[in-house]
Amino acid sequence: MSAPFLEIDRLSVRLRRGGAGRLLRQVSIAVAPGEVHGLVGESGAGKSMIGRAIFGILPRAVEVIEGAVRLGGTDLFALSDRRRRRLVGVTASLIPQDPLTALNPSKRIEVQMTDRLTKILGLTGAAARARALGLLEEVHIQDPARVFRSYPHELSGGMRQRVLIASAFAAEPRLIVADEPTTALDVTVQKQILKLIAEMQRRHGTALLFVTHNLGVVAKICQRVSVLYAGKIVEQTDVATLFAAPAHAYTRALMAATPRYDRPDESLAPVRPEVIEALAREIAASDADWREARLARGEGRA
Amino acid sequence: MSPPLFKIENLRLSLPDMTRKPLFGAAPRIEILKGVSFDIAAGSTIGIVGESGSGKSTLGRAMVRLYEPDSGAVRFDGVDIAHLAETALRPLRRDLQVIFQDPYSSLNPRKSIGAIIGAPLLFHRVAASAGEARERVAAALDAVGLPAAFASRYPHELSGGQRQRIGIARAIALSPRFVLADEIVSGLDVSSQAQILDLLGRLKDELKLTLAFISHDLSVVRRLCGRVIVMRGGEIVENRETAALFEAPQHPYTRQLLAAIPLPEIDPGWLES
Repeated sequence: MSAPFLEIDRLSVRLRRGGAGRLLRQVSIAVAPGEVHGLVGESGAGKSMIGRAIFGILPRAVEVIEGAVRLGGTDLFALSDRRRRRLVGVTASLIPQDPLTALNPSKRIEVQMTDRLTKILGLTGAAARARALGLLEEVHIQDPARVFRSYPHELSGGMRQRVLIASAFAAEPRLIVADEPTTALDVTVQKQILKLIAEMQRRHGTALLFVTHNLGVVAKICQRVSVLYAGKIVEQTDVATLFAAPAHAYTRALMAATPRYDRPDESLAPVRPEVIEALAREIAASDADWREARLARGEGRA
Repeated sequence: MSPPLFKIENLRLSLPDMTRKPLFGAAPRIEILKGVSFDIAAGSTIGIVGESGSGKSTLGRAMVRLYEPDSGAVRFDGVDIAHLAETALRPLRRDLQVIFQDPYSSLNPRKSIGAIIGAPLLFHRVAASAGEARERVAAALDAVGLPAAFASRYPHELSGGQRQRIGIARAIALSPRFVLADEIVSGLDVSSQAQILDLLGRLKDELKLTLAFISHDLSVVRRLCGRVIVMRGGEIVENRETAALFEAPQHPYTRQLLAAIPLPEIDPGWLES
């Protein structure tokens, strides 16, 4: 296995004001080139916060307490804003959840794609156009010239997502973060898009962090997975192990709460209060250990 | 077999296509429902599934007469309500309740939960006085598993799952004969979704509700519904009992929909299939 390109190393963040606990609790995730790592959790678990930390765009109200995010071995937090933006811009890109808001409604696809190629690769004019058209072909768009001339609202949701996938791979990034890229799509389109993301990721050998709330999607596209609850990774393993023998009670509870059309007689179990209480205790205990360790090292307010 | 509560016959409905409206003059109309026919037996739960643009929500809205169809019949308990005037519809509205998809936009943020559930009770004279309305609100909250004290809260204080319970309480407080649930769990996390499905399953048995459950999620529909209608492009492609539909889907489109659902289990060949 090659060295990981993305390394999130014991990252903890919290709100600058307010005594509330940490939003991320010593999160560690490593993703190697060619690997797909799933990040699952329910809303509010901190999935998007991890994505924002990677791109160095945490909200102003949030501060990093400790830990590091490294891209290809370079610690993002040690860089100046300018150099960080440069590194992230060239080596990482995002496939967003909502393809409509991610595209500028008043510009043709051509302009949006070539502008990005100019900014990142310095391509202009005919060279940028040719590269963009090639990318649209690579994501299996039948009539790239027509899509090129279109405005975002003239395309279907699946087509818009193909355009964004093409853009994401434009600069041959080493890392792609896909943030719920199929949540807004119909199931048949979702399958096509998952297939396309997997194909592109394999061909380019990209490290892919796939953020989703859907365990089914994780099973189909990821090799490794982290289950997140309240900013803490409660289980991190390979997908075969996760689905064959989920180790954490919360993972098992999530699976039991997910309806399956092929198992109509299995009763659906909402996540039981005991599971939530046990999670709260687990998190309180790990918070206490963390505070103690920080005080022992003589580090700031804990 | 009880007689059908709903009998939908060759329902056609078109809406103006605002994306192609000229600057002056009327927008061209686009046909959403292209001749839809089916029955709903009293006390049964029917699932209406399909992808976006299939017409499933429009069908639901035509059934409760939020839309007026172009032609065809919507017989509710024997009465064709397809073209009834609003005044003639009003006494029927109590019996045709809707739970909407988005629990954020379907509850008035300026009204307390008590007022949200209580206003329809007073409007339809289900409750004769404010005092009686309060008692019925408390009973409805209890039925959806929320404490009576929630009546004095406001929607922004509640989670998505709790808001969806309020939507259910508002609908069932009127003791309606028919409830339409339009994608009511699609915005929720799986743990809240499981709770809402469990609640709805219990309520429909206890209250003997006739329920139409619109959803894009076939796994959810299988849990709840006795019969399923699969829609595509404004037409019904398959209408069968749930177990039969899932075990031996007849229409290629139904098979395609089922095959596209990613089940939470390892299946290396799935992406390529």
